[in-house]
Amino acid sequence: MSTKKVISGNYTASYASMLCRAEVVPAYPITPQTTIVEKIAEFVASGQMKAQYINVESEHSAMAACISAALTGVRTFTATSAHGLVLMHEMLHWAAGARTPVIMANINRALAPPWNVWADHTDSMSQRDTGWIQIYCSSNQEVLDTLILCYKVCEQPDIMLPAMVNLDAFILSHTSEVVDVPDQKEVDDFLPQFNPEIKLDVDEPLSFGTLAFPSSWYMEWRYKIQHAHDLAAKRLVEEAKAFEKHFGRPWGGLIEEYRSKDAEIILVTMSTIASTTKDVVDSLRDQGRDVGLVRIKSFRPFPTKDLREALGHAKVVGVADRSHTFGNEGPLFTEVKGALYNHDRRPPLVGFTVGIGGRDVLGSTIEGLYDHLEKVADGEAYKEVRWIDLIGDEEEVV
Amino acid sequence: MKEIRFHGRGGQGAVIASNILANAAFLEGKDVQAFPFFGVERRGAPVTAFTRLDEKPIRIKYFIYNPNYVIVLDESLLKAVDVTAGLKDPGIVVVNSKRTPEEMELSQYKVATVDATSIALDNGLGSKVSPIVNTVMLGAFSIATSVIKLESILESIPGQVPIKAEENTKACKTAAEKIVLHW
Repeated sequence: MSTKKVISGNYTASYASMLCRAEVVPAYPITPQTTIVEKIAEFVASGQMKAQYINVESEHSAMAACISAALTGVRTFTATSAHGLVLMHEMLHWAAGARTPVIMANINRALAPPWNVWADHTDSMSQRDTGWIQIYCSSNQEVLDTLILCYKVCEQPDIMLPAMVNLDAFILSHTSEVVDVPDQKEVDDFLPQFNPEIKLDVDEPLSFGTLAFPSSWYMEWRYKIQHAHDLAAKRLVEEAKAFEKHFGRPWGGLIEEYRSKDAEIILVTMSTIASTTKDVVDSLRDQGRDVGLVRIKSFRPFPTKDLREALGHAKVVGVADRSHTFGNEGPLFTEVKGALYNHDRRPPLVGFTVGIGGRDVLGSTIEGLYDHLEKVADGEAYKEVRWIDLIGDEEEVV
Repeated sequence: MKEIRFHGRGGQGAVIASNILANAAFLEGKDVQAFPFFGVERRGAPVTAFTRLDEKPIRIKYFIYNPNYVIVLDESLLKAVDVTAGLKDPGIVVVNSKRTPEEMELSQYKVATVDATSIALDNGLGSKVSPIVNTVMLGAFSIATSVIKLESILESIPGQVPIKAEENTKACKTAAEKIVLHW
């Protein structure tokens, strides 16, 4: 029987790792992630969780330990944030390249300087090309459910990819919400033991991570990572259905469409901003305004096909990014535009850079985005990318 | 939806109070959120925490700017922080003070006071320099606002306080008896 608890996003991640029976947890603390691994340390110390908890000297080592443990056929978990994540960068490539299904919670936090510990997606966005699956959560319940689902999908023999489950700093990490926490048996019945066909084993020695020449198998090895992502996109949806049947609540798909199917004006966004947006959509709909939301949950694999189907009919689409690629625009905006470019129906797109470094994104902030999109829909000239809620001077014209 | 803001100083338990209140409302069948504002946490520094409760699922994920209620765990904060900023009309302010509500210079609001520091110390919660008044203030809050039942608060305390569950429960009850309302 599951139990409803009022717990923070961080503790939710700790419970998920225990319920998924992670056996090795190499951990290094960083604000605002620390309480995840603190709680796991308590679980392990009390004997509640049967895992090897490894204190490491850096996040780079944490990920190296995860990869090594996973190669021996052991289920691993770690958690990090911001500077911790970017310090892992080299090892993130290695985890995906070595096809280890390491599962990690990342607390989306801004990077310094200036120092800032609040919500921002730059940390994970800058790991886009490492080969990791990336899912962005909008509630604590979704953190728990996504972690279980990721273990289920990532450990399948034809997937074998690492996954990063992202939650916004403080807005989820330190916010207590009601979470339906399944019991051990429920999770065990859904999630089989991790037992990879190929693993590091002293009795049957194999070599991992060897040299592959330009003329041999390197390129094919990389192609297979792409292929595994394509499979993972399907598998996440299939396993989400199995999840719903088993646990009695939906996980949904790679995107979530909220009152967007019949909407002319659609905002695309992720994470907790999308949760707030649902209230805004309802209130604007009550005023007779033709607005909807599409929430991207899976950033990698990227839901190109789903987005084409969800956005093609719109008169205008806005994309709100909680990060920015300097020298260009928000990364989500770039990707959404890219997804639609080869589609036969291409609504105009506007990019919004919002909530950087944890600047609060209020309902009124989002309403302002819809106001702007309505003007674009009415044919008003528009700027392709806008920074929202800058203090002081408006954006400078170059 | 009801929104509550806690003003305390690091070490007084404002963040745990926001969680106890959320858990109590959850026990009454409500959807809840509890979150702190994280700045530079250290003992004695002003701390703000928030609780939201609603009959419907809560989806908004931003700070509380217009609370229905404010709980002030440390009277000295009245001079340091604008504790009534954005408070809805009619709002209620519950202050830890030996003074009466009439003496609080908050006449435009409904004010309730309770000497939470003495009650906490009588029950061995914290020290004279740093009394832990969070559960005491919640007992007072329950009576002042009727937004939450005292029984629900009492039921939530043991799972949320790290130690001295019994003392906290007793102190909470005492506060409910001793609170002074002014309206």
